[in-house]
Amino acid sequence: MRTTRIAAAAAASLGILLATACTTDTPTDEADDATTETESGDEWFVQADYDEQLAQRDIEPEGDPAAPWLQAIEPEWVDTAAFAQEGGDATVCFSNASVSNPWRVTGWITMQQQVEVLQAEGKIGEFRHSDAGDDDDQQISDIQAFVDSGDCDALIISPSTTATLTPAVETACESGVPVIVFDRGVNTDCAVTFIHPIGGYAFGADAAEFLVDNLEPGDKVLALRILPGVDVLENRWAAATEVFAGSELEILGDEFTGGDAAEIKNIVTQYLQRGDVDGIWMDAGDGAVAAIEAFEDAGKPYPVMTGEDELSFMRKWQETGMTALAPVYSNFQWRTPVIAATMILAGEQVPAEWVLPQEPITEADRDQYLEVNADMPSLHYAKFGGEDLPGFPDAWQDR
Amino acid sequence: MTRARELLARATNPTATVFILLVLVFAAVFAMNPGFFAGPSLMAFLKQAAPLVILAAGQYFVIVSGNFDLSVGALVGAQVVIAARLIDGEESRTFPVLVVMALFGIAVGLVNGLITTALKVQSFITTLGMLLVLYGAIRLWTGGAPTGSLSESFRVFGRMGIEDVPVLGQIPWALVIMIALGAGAVLLMRTRFGRVLMAAGDNERAAALSGARVDTVRTLAFVLSGLSATVAGVLIGGFAGVSAQVGDGLEFTVITAVVLGGVVLGGGRGSVLAAMAGALVIEGLFTLFNQMALPATLRPAVQGAIIIAAVAYAARARARPVPTATTASPTPS
Repeated sequence: MRTTRIAAAAAASLGILLATACTTDTPTDEADDATTETESGDEWFVQADYDEQLAQRDIEPEGDPAAPWLQAIEPEWVDTAAFAQEGGDATVCFSNASVSNPWRVTGWITMQQQVEVLQAEGKIGEFRHSDAGDDDDQQISDIQAFVDSGDCDALIISPSTTATLTPAVETACESGVPVIVFDRGVNTDCAVTFIHPIGGYAFGADAAEFLVDNLEPGDKVLALRILPGVDVLENRWAAATEVFAGSELEILGDEFTGGDAAEIKNIVTQYLQRGDVDGIWMDAGDGAVAAIEAFEDAGKPYPVMTGEDELSFMRKWQETGMTALAPVYSNFQWRTPVIAATMILAGEQVPAEWVLPQEPITEADRDQYLEVNADMPSLHYAKFGGEDLPGFPDAWQDR
Repeated sequence: MTRARELLARATNPTATVFILLVLVFAAVFAMNPGFFAGPSLMAFLKQAAPLVILAAGQYFVIVSGNFDLSVGALVGAQVVIAARLIDGEESRTFPVLVVMALFGIAVGLVNGLITTALKVQSFITTLGMLLVLYGAIRLWTGGAPTGSLSESFRVFGRMGIEDVPVLGQIPWALVIMIALGAGAVLLMRTRFGRVLMAAGDNERAAALSGARVDTVRTLAFVLSGLSATVAGVLIGGFAGVSAQVGDGLEFTVITAVVLGGVVLGGGRGSVLAAMAGALVIEGLFTLFNQMALPATLRPAVQGAIIIAAVAYAARARARPVPTATTASPTPS
């Protein structure tokens, strides 16, 4: 009897152990780059990259401003004549890390719409894709399968993590197929082009600078973050810390929320119980509305706030008239890789590192974006860049 | 002397551990921030804790009858997403959609229960499967991101309350619902159903031989759990609105809460009141960590250590031969 009780207790403890191991860090990261490494603190801050990204914000990108997905900041053009092909029936393959969050879902729809246009124009033939569901091993075998099939004339890769996917990307490059990497990077420059918006430092700094400019010295700011250990999110926070350090704002704390609206509302409510909060900095817009509602329910004045270009936040911002900014991690980058593939297969030059513009949405252009996206669902991203595609708006509405 | 021993015995009773812990956690919160016990802030805490308390009651029925329900987190998420998509901001659809949600919650519980009892699949596997089915089906249905929005009247339950109450400020509807359902759960455990449920978890064979409908009560326990997830979904959705992450990981938090309440995994022991108190302790711990401004990365570790210590303490008390055997015997409260 005694033994069974001890066994039961042991089983209970084990259950608890499993439970606590799983409660906090479900990796529902906001979108973008996820090098899940265990480093922390200064590991995430590289002064040179920070300086470069902040400088890139002020550089006029080359190309037509009406088509930001084709613009590039300080491009170094590379010759692709070696990959040129006759005829328009090239097979383009795409290994996707996942569609596990609204940002990626939005982008993936945009990419498919762009592919349809290119197919109709006869620039590409078949488009194949695989979805690794955020699993590194799955994506490595997806890439290998594309390479082994020998059918791909160009291979687009959106890596799930940086370090682990690097060898797979190198293997793909060695097969002689032109490789296009976008969104998250890898530790090799063997790809013909690497497409990405300016980056996490610029995002975090845009938001932090807005708070510094719109708050008084001594005002209190609460930072809400999705989860630790994801490089682009860490970069956003590292940049913000850098900006805040040079200001007279008081940072009340930085809290991880998992992007869960209920968690965000809890945390903000608790901070409001302890005292005033004048500003909210977020590393991604998920659940931003819940943070605003916490102020409403507590009967406190709206904070100065930075979210993201997710529509739910922008609509609440318009409705309340609060002082806010929507920093952007350009979702329209999902159009660029397929276009780049057709350029490479036509032997046209492409930038070796294709840095896309990344401009926050301010109060001045907010209403215009909301008007264009009036019929879009609330978890859609304003700068998705697909308004001129024939599937607009139905393709994005009907998810 | 006898009295002192009785008190000691009572304090080391696994069910009592959670109430001691509850007092300790709130004493610590009070030490950090006496303002926490002011009416409005306490009400805000209870409003936000209510869904977990209700889920804990639902999970208690399943665990005490000797099973698990891992599907509740996914069910909460599914319910919120279903509500947002079906209501789509139309006030008039609120009530019909609430009915649909209740039916869906019952259906999921029934399927879990029937597969576990009739097909003899272990509940751990059944509900893990259900978790994945719900997770996948919702993402398939919505294309990966929730669409639509909840109506204002839907959100009343989780967000609003009885306004302008002296001292307290607002009595949240969530708290009213929590107390009503909690009282209902306590009463239910005193009925024949409750006793059979407990017996089924304690000794399935003995219960069956004495004529109890073990499979029926176990299936009903799953239905109750499905319903509790539905109510929790209404409250959480009302509290914070729709997001893609609603309900993520809730199944583990709620099982933790129930076990912390001294309910033994495997069934047959523990009280529903203690299970609900376990949920309050978990929420209290989260609040305490927040008050202490404990680094977010350290919190899961501290939380885990406290929980293991508490359960080990309760288990030690249970394993030690107690002179008055009554303290170890479970009485549903």
